[in-house]
Amino acid sequence: MVPKKRILILFFHPLAHKSRVNRVLINSVKEMEGITIKNMYDLYPDFHIDVKAEQRDLLNHDLIIWQHPFYWYSSPSLLKEWIDLVLVHGFAYGREGKALAGKQIMTAITTGGRNEAYIPEDGKRYSVPQLLAPFEQTVHLCRMNYLPPFVVHGTHLLEERDILEAGSNYRKVIQMLRDESLSEEEIRKENYINHIIL
Amino acid sequence: MHQQDFFHQALIYLIAAVVSVPIAKRLGFGSVLGYLLAGMAIGPFVLGLIGTEGEDVMHFAEFGVVMMLFLIGLELKPNLLWQMRRSIFGLGGLQLLLTSAVIGGVAILLGQTTGAGIAIGLMLGLSSTAIVLQTLAEKGLIKQASGQASFSVLLFQDISVVPILALIPLLAVNISTGAASNQDDIRRIAGMEITGWVQVTLILLVISGIVVVGRYFARYIFRIIARTGLREIFTATALLLVIAISMAMDLVGLSPALGAFLAGVVLANNEYRHELEADIEPFKGLLLGLFFISVGASIDFKLLLGSPGMIFALLFGLIAIKFIILFILGKFFGIKGGQNTLFAFSLAQGGEFAFVLVSFSLENYVISPETSGILFLVVALSMAITPLLLLFNDRVIFPLVFRSENTQEHDQIKESGNELIIAGFGRFGVVMGRFLIANGLKATILDNNPDNIQVLRKFDFKVYYGDATRADLLASAGANEAKVLVVAVDDKQQSLKIVDLAKRNYPHLKILARATDMDHTYELMKRKVAGYNRDTFESSLNLGVQALTHLGYNNYQAHRLAQTFRQHNRKVIQELFHHHLDDEKKYLSETKKYASELEELLRTEKEERGHEQDCSWDVTSRREETQQLQKNGIK
Repeated sequence: MVPKKRILILFFHPLAHKSRVNRVLINSVKEMEGITIKNMYDLYPDFHIDVKAEQRDLLNHDLIIWQHPFYWYSSPSLLKEWIDLVLVHGFAYGREGKALAGKQIMTAITTGGRNEAYIPEDGKRYSVPQLLAPFEQTVHLCRMNYLPPFVVHGTHLLEERDILEAGSNYRKVIQMLRDESLSEEEIRKENYINHIIL
Repeated sequence: MHQQDFFHQALIYLIAAVVSVPIAKRLGFGSVLGYLLAGMAIGPFVLGLIGTEGEDVMHFAEFGVVMMLFLIGLELKPNLLWQMRRSIFGLGGLQLLLTSAVIGGVAILLGQTTGAGIAIGLMLGLSSTAIVLQTLAEKGLIKQASGQASFSVLLFQDISVVPILALIPLLAVNISTGAASNQDDIRRIAGMEITGWVQVTLILLVISGIVVVGRYFARYIFRIIARTGLREIFTATALLLVIAISMAMDLVGLSPALGAFLAGVVLANNEYRHELEADIEPFKGLLLGLFFISVGASIDFKLLLGSPGMIFALLFGLIAIKFIILFILGKFFGIKGGQNTLFAFSLAQGGEFAFVLVSFSLENYVISPETSGILFLVVALSMAITPLLLLFNDRVIFPLVFRSENTQEHDQIKESGNELIIAGFGRFGVVMGRFLIANGLKATILDNNPDNIQVLRKFDFKVYYGDATRADLLASAGANEAKVLVVAVDDKQQSLKIVDLAKRNYPHLKILARATDMDHTYELMKRKVAGYNRDTFESSLNLGVQALTHLGYNNYQAHRLAQTFRQHNRKVIQELFHHHLDDEKKYLSETKKYASELEELLRTEKEERGHEQDCSWDVTSRREETQQLQKNGIK
């Protein structure tokens, strides 16, 4: 069966070999059909991003996932570099920039802090979707559809089996997205995409 | 000779050399012409400061040629020599055969006997190893196509001196009665008469002796000598080696130069090669200088002024015949364009062996005293004129060859000077050149390899042929308007010369220099160049990164480690530079300095090791803290 959606996971992790959770997430989806995974820090250790190749890959997929640890309420710096260089005017946005229109983008992040650290309280805290606003806005500007993020909280305290469970959840979510088991409207109701499999 | 006499002579020769060579160099003529002019000036026909003893000096100084061939041998590993066999025997053999035949024929037409014709052909077929190799080395041309071809031809000529020496007495026999024809294979060696096959055995014995000692024992001997720590004893050993080989070769009737060359090749893989080179080099230089001076002094101006027409006609004829044959053979052996004229001009003179052969032929009644005088003069003049011919080739022929190819483009570029000058376009400079073309920049290039120049012209580069250490070349390359000068030549001394020249005359230029080793780096730092880079550092570090990734480091981490090391290295070099300046005050020997620096470098690596970097991405410590807090029940 040909997958309905071709999925591209762009994985940003400067210390991938020390990662506990992200590695399991990647391993649990890497054998799936219709999935392309790119280890970005391995591809571009000198931050010299091959813009043409990246754009070609975007064109050849329908759902793009930015997977990374949540560093200082944002992404590792290579993702920012990637956004700056790849999503250029005339390609991704602007009057003529419609190349990516209609594609979906989702963020998949891991945070050291627990869920409680991301519950707004007296204007002192912000939720994960709030913190991801710049990414969301970027996606909108490129005429793409932004999906709720896949989030794994409290990674410092996760036991081996918790991590494996997070991996299997990730796999289920991606499977549903690939096979379009749910409409985009249904999905967008959730604040975390993790909830669609509940 | 009285001591007083000796000092008197030394004084004259030294003054002549010290005065004339720098002037000649400054004017771009090269040292050989400087020595020759000095010799003419102090010779019996101009100032008369030295008399006929000049000829003895010349014989003594010919030993410089022996040393030069020893040094060349050191640079030439045996397998390299084997690769050159085609050009040595093919090109060299044909050159000598054809040139001798033509010159011999002309001599016979001019009224010489057949025997004398053959002898003259053979002696004039030879070229001057001393002049050619010294000049080519000074211009850095030895490793180019023309230099290699010249070297092959000279080597073959050196080998053939032995059979020529054996042949000349036979020629005498030919013209008289043919009485002593059974003399042919009898020679007197060490006072004993021996026959041909004994001589062959002796030759084989001496050569295999050189090979065996050089290959298996030399390193132990040198190690013992080096361990004494007395530099002069090492020098003495090196000299002893060369002199002993020369005498042994002489004894069995072979050319000492050939023997020294062979010894050099055998020792080319020896670990003391560089010390040997450094020790012999100054002796070679001085003796060759002395040799050139004595050639200059031997020019018989009386004979020249007596019949200038005839002498110049012969001189011109000699050079023309040699040039044409060399040029045709060069074409035939695939030497291209500019390299071929260089090759043909280089070897178009008579050589120092001709002097030996002229005297020898005279002793054997092959030629008449008048002929010998004329031959001597023509050969000396042809040697003296060689630097001028090469200069003519550089300044007149080359521009003609290159301009005729694309006049318009050349002139067009000339209108505006480029902002960047690159001196040296070999393995190093070429990478930069490609980088610049790729980015649409234009650079002016100074290089002394005609092959490069032809290609570069095609790609719109403004190229100047020649030695960038010459002030006029830098000027015509537009150093006045340029902003950046990149010194990418591979020779350390040349590089520093260019830097000094540019610093002095064009202080506005930003100089970026390729450094070949640590010492070179320090010299560049002392001169406060705008930038320097050790030519092997980056590529070596890059391979190091690849090694790490193959050992399982992730790519990004390996890159970060390399960056850190790069930074660390910059710091270390600064520190070492200060130590180096201190050490210099203490006059430590080069090798000691090197060893101590290496030690210091490696020690800093050890001290710096284990500093974990990229800690903010490593969450281990934070995880432990969180787990600790959790355990204590604090949220």
